Amino acid sequence: MSEQSDIILDMHGIVKEYPMGDEVSVVLKGIDLQVKRGEFLAVLGPSGSGKSTLMNIIGCLDTPTSGDYYLSGRHIADMSEKELAGIRSKEIGFIFQSFYLLQRQDALENVELPLIYAGKSESECRKRAEEMLIRVGLEDKLHHYPNQLSGGQQQRVAIARAIANNPTILLADEPTGALDQATGRQVMDIFHELNEEGRTIIMITHDASIAAHARRIVRILDGNLLEGGEKRDA
Amino acid sequence: MLKFSLIHQCFQMSIRNILGNKLRSFLTMLGIIIGVGAVIGLITVVSGVADYMIGQFSSMGAGSLSVSIFGTPMKQGLSETNLQEIAEIENIQSVSPSVSVTTTVVSGTYVSQKVSVDGRSEQFFVHQPDMIRLGRPLRISDMEGTINVCVIDNTVAQALLPGKTPLGAILKIGGVQYKVIGVAGKTDDISAAFSSSGVDGTIYIPYRNALRMNNTNTISSIDVYVEDTSKMDQTVEALTKLLENVFNQAENAYFIINMESLLNAMNTMTGMMTAMLAGIASIALLVGGIGIMNMMLVSVTERTKEIGLRKALGAEPGVIQLQFLLESVILSVIGGTIGILFGETIAYIASVLIKYDFSLNINAILIGFFFSLAVGVIFGWAPARRASRLNPIDALRSE
Repeated sequence: MSEQSDIILDMHGIVKEYPMGDEVSVVLKGIDLQVKRGEFLAVLGPSGSGKSTLMNIIGCLDTPTSGDYYLSGRHIADMSEKELAGIRSKEIGFIFQSFYLLQRQDALENVELPLIYAGKSESECRKRAEEMLIRVGLEDKLHHYPNQLSGGQQQRVAIARAIANNPTILLADEPTGALDQATGRQVMDIFHELNEEGRTIIMITHDASIAAHARRIVRILDGNLLEGGEKRDA
Repeated sequence: MLKFSLIHQCFQMSIRNILGNKLRSFLTMLGIIIGVGAVIGLITVVSGVADYMIGQFSSMGAGSLSVSIFGTPMKQGLSETNLQEIAEIENIQSVSPSVSVTTTVVSGTYVSQKVSVDGRSEQFFVHQPDMIRLGRPLRISDMEGTINVCVIDNTVAQALLPGKTPLGAILKIGGVQYKVIGVAGKTDDISAAFSSSGVDGTIYIPYRNALRMNNTNTISSIDVYVEDTSKMDQTVEALTKLLENVFNQAENAYFIINMESLLNAMNTMTGMMTAMLAGIASIALLVGGIGIMNMMLVSVTERTKEIGLRKALGAEPGVIQLQFLLESVILSVIGGTIGILFGETIAYIASVLIKYDFSLNINAILIGFFFSLAVGVIFGWAPARRASRLNPIDALRSE
């Protein structure tokens, strides 16, 4: 594989502005970021640094005000709402701080959801969702509802859901933020395993000890990205 | 292309959301239940009553034309010669006179006041062949001989000859002995139902006998049977001309009731009445629809985060829209179905109370069903569209 095709995420001069009354608040001030296939990257920054906005842009939930974002070689700004939905479905797996499981559906149905949206048949969805829950060690909790599961178990359901469509990138926003240290470590162990299987992981956190699990760390401060603590050329 | 698994998922989620908020869902449906129930109930009741009345009138109107004679001081009614003249008009098949007498009837030791006695010719029975249940009808020979025979209906038979064989029994009508030669079934004569006689029901005797009882030789009521009903207008015209001559152009000497046009008028009237009532009732349906829209908007706001999550997981806007649209359609169709049952129950109770035959009105049921479906789609559209257009990050951010 050539050096070029190894880069699956490529950002150049990403700027994001929000109108705040009469003024414009610049949240991201020209971000350049390249992520290679199989990397485990942590984006470390305090709250208000723009890291959530960056995650939303990486996850195609938001679009930058200016700059170019290529995901697997495709220019995201050129894509329609429907194509973006397709990318979110097949290329990106989201993991949120507060899990975001649907309370009225059991673990299996929660994991099936992205598979259904990806257009898989019912039997395929069931089979794949079961595999994923077994993969995160919840084979005995398939039909438990979220409120019958502990926080760590809920986050594992969310991880199973995130990897169900075998996405290129796993995007995690404070994945251990709502968990105690022990269960947080369990989740990190799963992340390591997934990374060793060759999955690209981008994790956003404010916690340096969690970020330490990643193989590469970038810091974000006031809308600027600093590689390994050093400021890159702007 | 929407996959079955997707539709199934949307359907399942909708059902769960409806069941998850049972009370709210029921209260929302209540508007549709009342709306559809009112539409169905009114249509079924009105059309049931109308069918009943039209049935009564049309069996009575088998004669097609009914002429009432008020006469003039010079000429108080029609003579037998006049009847023959009328019968000779083109397209008129026959003429059946009707002479009403109200008199006492004695059966053995039982004396009954005010029984309605109807003097008829054999033509009356010819045109109602199903009428006679026992014995025979009045015949032309009975007319010519002014023979003292009578046909009684079931009601009279039960009232005056209880537990006896009616055929061959003797009744003393207005002081004269008559022999019962036939029993008629349920009288299709609506005038009998409206009569105020002591005994309901009717006794039929030869019309000349009835004329004699009334001490007159003029006839004041006739039924005219027409051959070809499509030429009704010309026939009425010819009949009018003849009657004008008979009564010397006097005003208000006679009145022709055209049963055909009466029926048509009644049909139009009941149709208009049904449409009007259904229109009023459908206002309730509109209010119900607004209730559904309101609940769906609340639901979209409440579930903003869920919508954001679904979008993050790859749901296309159309899929979100489908899910919310399905929810409002299911809600209103369930409401509509309960409303149909509710309306038909009301109609059934009304039919028992008013005493007409209850029948399920398939059209009303279909109208109720498709109206509730349409309400679900129309009033669910805007909230569903709103849900589908939510920005995923705004949606996820809302806590």
